[in-house]
Amino acid sequence: MRDVAIISFAQTKHVATRQDVNEVEMLMPVLVDVVEQAGVTKDRIDFVCSGSSDYLAGVAFSFVMTLDGVGPWPPISESHVDMDGSWALYEAWVKMQMGHADVALVYSYGKSSPGNLRRVLTRQLDPYYLAPLWPDSVSTAALQARAALDKGVITEEQMAQVVIDARRNALGNPNAQLAGDLELADLLAAEPFVSPLHKHDCSPITDGAAAVMLAAGDVARELCERPAWIRGIDHRIEPHAFGARDLTTSVSTAQAAAKAGVANGKVDIAELHAPFSHQELILTQSLGLDAATTSINPSGGALCANPVMAAGLIRMGEAAQRIMRGEADRAVAHTTSGACLQQNLVAVLEGEG
Amino acid sequence: MATDLILPERLQGVEPVRSIRTPAELNYQFTAGKATSQFLRGISQRRILGQRCPVCSMVYVPPRGACPTCGVPTEEEIDLPHVGTVTTFCVVNVSFYGQGMELPYVSALILLDGSDIPLMHLIQEVPAAEVRMGMRVEAVWVDDTDLGPTLESIRYFRPTGEPDAEFDTYSANVLGTRSHEGQTFAHLEGSPS
Repeated sequence: MRDVAIISFAQTKHVATRQDVNEVEMLMPVLVDVVEQAGVTKDRIDFVCSGSSDYLAGVAFSFVMTLDGVGPWPPISESHVDMDGSWALYEAWVKMQMGHADVALVYSYGKSSPGNLRRVLTRQLDPYYLAPLWPDSVSTAALQARAALDKGVITEEQMAQVVIDARRNALGNPNAQLAGDLELADLLAAEPFVSPLHKHDCSPITDGAAAVMLAAGDVARELCERPAWIRGIDHRIEPHAFGARDLTTSVSTAQAAAKAGVANGKVDIAELHAPFSHQELILTQSLGLDAATTSINPSGGALCANPVMAAGLIRMGEAAQRIMRGEADRAVAHTTSGACLQQNLVAVLEGEG
Repeated sequence: MATDLILPERLQGVEPVRSIRTPAELNYQFTAGKATSQFLRGISQRRILGQRCPVCSMVYVPPRGACPTCGVPTEEEIDLPHVGTVTTFCVVNVSFYGQGMELPYVSALILLDGSDIPLMHLIQEVPAAEVRMGMRVEAVWVDDTDLGPTLESIRYFRPTGEPDAEFDTYSANVLGTRSHEGQTFAHLEGSPS
């Protein structure tokens, strides 16, 4: 295995809607920032990989337009995934493992506000049986929350506590969209949104972007004082049909965690991509994390800013940043995709010395 | 065509489902963005606004807010003249849905004076057979009352009658030698953010 690390991370300040800029204009400052932080010139970037979805902004081939932000001339080696940026990172990591790149730029962005996100996300469901019924993303998540509550693996108090912790942690995150001190009693008494979910159990609708720079071996050491080394990374997917899997746990997360080596040492912090409060509880369990020894979502997580397609890569970046700053030695970053935690990616990041 | 489906016995004699219709409609509030908004606002005031790259000095029109060569934001606005040179063109002889043009007509790439990337538009007031590379053309605008934030505010371009431009003046846009071929990206170091 080749040593590959995250050496810089940049993101937008996340907001409900950016109507002043198009996607490339939203992304541009993030790309400039991540390149500057890495201290590289563009000719050192061997590979560029991005993650986004045209369904969000309703613009065909929008990812081709955002390439303007990278400056693809002379022609560059580039790829794109219609997935969260964490899978773009995975592709770049594979490319680096093969020795085809020493420095790689990964970015992703999502303008969730131009369309109706809950309807847009129905398009990722089974096109024959499910999508024609338009079961929106909050309703399918509510289905999962209900199953977990009824089975007794989580409680409504625990769900509310996840929200309280997330919003409080986000007070220290200048890029978060939502932050604040909430009271347990208020949350439990809140009006139901899509029962059993309250509005506060759901991530907000967010426009935003993020980017990380990856570097291999000595190149990473040269460019970064304390690189966040990717010690393990794996992703697993479950069946499309809700009825074909257990919604109250996440087997794919547990498998990816085992492959990535989550249990091979103490986890200082974990950034989990949980767009709904009950999903953070399911993920924490499936990853085998102990909230007593691991700080979970110190950034506030997706419950405080959820730019779709970038929210996972932001978990990578937030975890890496704490290692680069020396605030953590070992971190777990998780990303989910699809409805009800269908697909999950887990990475273990470590600092040296 | 799946015409020879072999069905289980209990389904034989039942009309097979060969297709389903699942209509889908999603509505979006599109954001043109800063650069495009400024350009379109300019067009509705009879102005053609480009943007200059702070690194390579290329002038892009219509601008998109970023230099696709250098990957840096473009902010400096350039008021371009409404006169330019045909760098290449095609004669359209076939009709298609929604076309609304009398055949044959000419679509051309027009390099406005002072810009580095050609704009696509129609060439009119000249027989199609007489349109040529290097031809000097000018914009013909719609009436003031019809001006709007759309490139249709320019009805078409027509010949100015000036002598043709020398090939060298626009060859880079035809041969693809305009950009930074052979250059490294060292000049991007310390580029403005």
